[in-house]
Amino acid sequence: MYNEKVMDHFMNPRNVGEIENPDGVGLVGNPVCGDVMKITIKVKDNRIEDIKFKTFGCGAAIATSSMVTELVKGHTLEEALEISNRTVAEALDGLPPQKLHCSNLAADAVHMAIQDYYSKIGKDPVSNGDKS
Amino acid sequence: MGSRPHATRSVYLDHSATTPVRPEVLAAMLPYFGDKFGNPSSIHSWGRQARTAVDSAREQVASIIGATASEIVFTSGGTESDNLAIRGVAKSMQTKGKHLITSQIEHHAVINTFESLAKDGYEVTYLPCDKYGLIDPDDVRKSIRKDTILISIIHGHNEVGTIEPIEEIGRIAKEHGILFHSDAVQSLGKIPVKVDAMGVDLLTISSHKIYGPKGVGALYVRKGTRIRPQVTGGIHEKGLRAGTENVPGIVGFGAACALAEEEMPEESKRLQALRDKLINGILSNIPDTVLNGHPEKRLPHNVNVSVKYVEGEAMLLNMDLLGIGASSGSACTSGSLEPSHVLLAMGIPHELAHGSLRLTLGKSNTGEDIEYVLEALPPIVEKLRAMSVFGR
Repeated sequence: MYNEKVMDHFMNPRNVGEIENPDGVGLVGNPVCGDVMKITIKVKDNRIEDIKFKTFGCGAAIATSSMVTELVKGHTLEEALEISNRTVAEALDGLPPQKLHCSNLAADAVHMAIQDYYSKIGKDPVSNGDKS
Repeated sequence: MGSRPHATRSVYLDHSATTPVRPEVLAAMLPYFGDKFGNPSSIHSWGRQARTAVDSAREQVASIIGATASEIVFTSGGTESDNLAIRGVAKSMQTKGKHLITSQIEHHAVINTFESLAKDGYEVTYLPCDKYGLIDPDDVRKSIRKDTILISIIHGHNEVGTIEPIEEIGRIAKEHGILFHSDAVQSLGKIPVKVDAMGVDLLTISSHKIYGPKGVGALYVRKGTRIRPQVTGGIHEKGLRAGTENVPGIVGFGAACALAEEEMPEESKRLQALRDKLINGILSNIPDTVLNGHPEKRLPHNVNVSVKYVEGEAMLLNMDLLGIGASSGSACTSGSLEPSHVLLAMGIPHELAHGSLRLTLGKSNTGEDIEYVLEALPPIVEKLRAMSVFGR
């Protein structure tokens, strides 16, 4: 069902955990599928200095969480907001069609964490439109 | 890059999904792919040979359920038998009434057939179950109306293994003169399935759950029960199910029934011991796990547990890499984006339904298989819990 890349991220997920005193937290859940993701970030000089994830979910959910943290770590917040659910799925060389909905949470969680950071520092939430 | 776990054993624990064709059954079938290929309806010797084989198989199938051969209708499997029973009665009895009774926890082949009939103007009552998945016979009694024409309740549950009080429900159905159908696909060969004791008028059974080939099953139709055929054409199966008989499949099914009948007393005991070892091992070695289904009124081969804080497919993938095959009631494994309707009907919260694991034992499983699984599972759960959003 899953390709090598997805299985690698699933079996050896990157950046698992929770940042202490995070600068931003993104918690998203998909009650239909039963996947829930929590992303925590540390921001420095407008860059995501550190990022960690926790996920309750299936293979696709875990793999996409892992991949999204890898994609945005070290990047600017603007770059991170550009990441879409499609980007994540493509970075994983694709997901089975019935699993694409599971991957929708990953980018959303990162965006939410950044919005959370923005609201904490008093910046207006960014409207990033629908990039998926 | 990271390490990949290594499977040192092949442990199939999904016997409720399907079973391998056993060698004796395959041997019985082969001639009917070869020299004995005739159509049972043909007058000549090729046909007669095939007809004899089908007749023998019919006797074997009748025997395991305590029926007579003339009451057996061969179909393409459990799903078709369910369709034939339910639609067959709905159509034949519609002048008497259009109210049907079933449960919320039936197999999709039953539920979806009832839903289809509901769209055609039938009224369906879906009875609830308790937290063990047990249907209350009193609920059956209370929902019977003057226009009720069919009651259909599963015998041994495919997901959680709960064994329903079929005998009691059968008595109630008889009291009220209502036709009673039961889906015994999972219970055949595991516990006694005898049509008179059960009080059923119609019974669904399937070959590929008892080490027979896929694509063949049967519907028991009690003598005197009128049903409208669903697959029409030739006059096969006494006009109840048209189509040239799947001779090799039917022969295989018959052989599988004969073997299952012979072996059941011993095999059930053996399976139950392994089942209990697995259940107890999981519940005691992995914290925050719970058994789904009734602890005693339970099919001897069924283990269904919920593992808190982790999701089913994630567990299955890890287990698969270690050579262990099982299934889950989670939405991600159902293909329908919903977790098991059965677990939800039992009152199990969504998160626990998503974290359910079904392990169903069979002939190939040994004590060593169980030990292998009990050793493999805790680290898998621990790893998934470490990355989970939920936890203690």
